[in-house]
Amino acid sequence: MTASAITRHPAEPEGVVAQAYWQMRDTWTVTKRNLRHFIRQPRLLVFSTIQPVMFVVLFSFVFGGIAGAALPGDISYIDYLLPGIFVQSSAFRSTQTAVGLAEDLERGVVDRFRSMPMSRVAVLGGRTIADLVRSIAVIMLMIAVAYLIGFRFTEGVVSAVGAVLIVALFGLMMSWLFICLALYVPGAEAAQTAGFVVLFPLVFASSIFVPLETMPGWLAAFASQSPLTHAADTARALSIGGEALRPALLAIAWCVGIMAVIIPIAVRRFRSMS
Amino acid sequence: MSAVPAVSVENVRKNFGDTEALTGVNLTVDEGEVLGLLGPNGAGKTTLVRVLATLLTPTSGTARVLGHDVVHEAAQVRRKIGLTGQYAAVDELLTGRENLRMFGELFHLSTKDARRRADELLERFDLAFAANRPARTYSGGMRRRLDLASSLLVRPDLLFLDEPTTGLDPRSRNSIWDITRELVDEGMTLLLTTQYLEEADQLADRIAVIDHGHIIAKGTGDELKDQVGGQVVDIVLADPADLNRALDALPGAEAASGGRTVRVAVIDRDPLEVVGEVAATLNSSEIQVRDLGLRRPTLDDVFLELTGELAESAPDGDDVQEVVA
Ligand SMILES: Nc1ncnc2c1ncn2[C@@H]1O[C@H](COP(=O)(O)OP(=O)(O)OP(=O)(O)O)[C@@H](O)[C@H]1O
Ligand SMILES: [Mg+2]
Repeated sequence: MTASAITRHPAEPEGVVAQAYWQMRDTWTVTKRNLRHFIRQPRLLVFSTIQPVMFVVLFSFVFGGIAGAALPGDISYIDYLLPGIFVQSSAFRSTQTAVGLAEDLERGVVDRFRSMPMSRVAVLGGRTIADLVRSIAVIMLMIAVAYLIGFRFTEGVVSAVGAVLIVALFGLMMSWLFICLALYVPGAEAAQTAGFVVLFPLVFASSIFVPLETMPGWLAAFASQSPLTHAADTARALSIGGEALRPALLAIAWCVGIMAVIIPIAVRRFRSMS
Repeated sequence: MSAVPAVSVENVRKNFGDTEALTGVNLTVDEGEVLGLLGPNGAGKTTLVRVLATLLTPTSGTARVLGHDVVHEAAQVRRKIGLTGQYAAVDELLTGRENLRMFGELFHLSTKDARRRADELLERFDLAFAANRPARTYSGGMRRRLDLASSLLVRPDLLFLDEPTTGLDPRSRNSIWDITRELVDEGMTLLLTTQYLEEADQLADRIAVIDHGHIIAKGTGDELKDQVGGQVVDIVLADPADLNRALDALPGAEAASGGRTVRVAVIDRDPLEVVGEVAATLNSSEIQVRDLGLRRPTLDDVFLELTGELAESAPDGDDVQEVVA
């Protein structure tokens, strides 16, 4: 029989603190769900692990020869490349956030979420956070593979952690961007395609693969303003040395600024969708 | 009269672009009542349920659920309702147990309570044996039960059931009916949509018939059936040429569709007695019969009577009339 003690709705949260608590707990519940999905969908596992590992290996061997020559001093290409690949793979992975959300919106289970007294932000937040956890796991895997082919962090553990964190922040921002996109562009494929079309040029017009000095003036000028360059430069400086503070402040400003605008837009859009 | 009805709907309209899904619905459901919303495909049942469950905003009109406006006080409404939609709203990749635990947590039960409640419901809904299998692998009936269980992690004051048995075999249907009856016995208010008069009749205290986006009739099952004339005896003649002789021989008989079917209404009498009389009369008049049977009114009949037109794709077609010589 259902007539047990807790079958009534628990008392509803009152006050800002209680609401914030439930918001976080709901987000965590949805995050767990999304992580389970991730593990149970081999397609996603492959996409998000094999692909970046191949990027690391192929780029460093194929372009290592010519790119290495353009690098200052004794920096090897894998050392230059890996922090950039963190940023590149985070950017591409964020298109998966759009796909995941678009698929969710077509699933009945989100209807149930909507009819429940749970926090609305949790559906979106739970997805971006799950994707963040996944992203960090993939970065760890890339680091392990890179170590096998000669990459080394030179700035100590704290800086290395900082490099991963700045990329994580960048990835989180990108995920929210794509959440927003998925909420406005109907259909999973459309969201992913739209994403790639914009991302591809941005990834190459940055310091991710090669130093800006090797680019034509106009392109270098554009690339030097790109948040992808700031994120890559920060991660690189924290990994193998160099000026970290300035790009770090720029990268953080970009990420926080974009999220401050995009999260409220996405949440409002999601609330009003029916 | 209880002070606040569980559901009160006033002149609710809902358009999707050019489609007018709801064209002015007025409806009240009292607390503790089971209302059956009966209508054919496309009548607007799901749309109405989704408006009441705060999933859709009505184009105009007002709807209140348990005293709260579904648009302006959606959060309060969500706290008191349970929804089992037409299509199972469970997570396909999670196991049955994981689904229930997740929904329990999202209903703001403590982790411990969510676990306990999930186990209770798996037991009660006969799903314990498949608790650790992904919902993707469940049969239609199991999925329905899991969906229903997901609405009951905390006891709702009002439960919406949108076509809970469509597509289920008789055994699964009966188990859903049993569960539904238990919930009713526990005093839950229920709004149930269905395409089957039989189902509305079995489960509901009161039935509202919806067609083309508005309610065209309300009443108890018996009242509706009286409108359609209750049970009938249908006689399919072996030879259509006997039609007039049969109509003369049987008092109160009328011709039904097809040109070879004669129908006798059973009004306030023992149906078996009427069947016996009809059979005896036909026998003594030496009229050959291909088929003779007692029929309950179907959704078709209700619609024919109420709207003068045949319900589009009603589920229980009248085979007797379809017989081709
Ligand atoms: N999201 C939508 N966009 C456009 N039209 C819709 C939408 N939802 C429903 N409709 C239309 O509104 C009408 C009512 O649909 P609804 O789903 O409420 O019917 P129903 O009574 O539940 O039918 P069924 O028995 O097939 O489930 C239909 O004509 C349907 O095509
Ligand atoms: Mg429907």
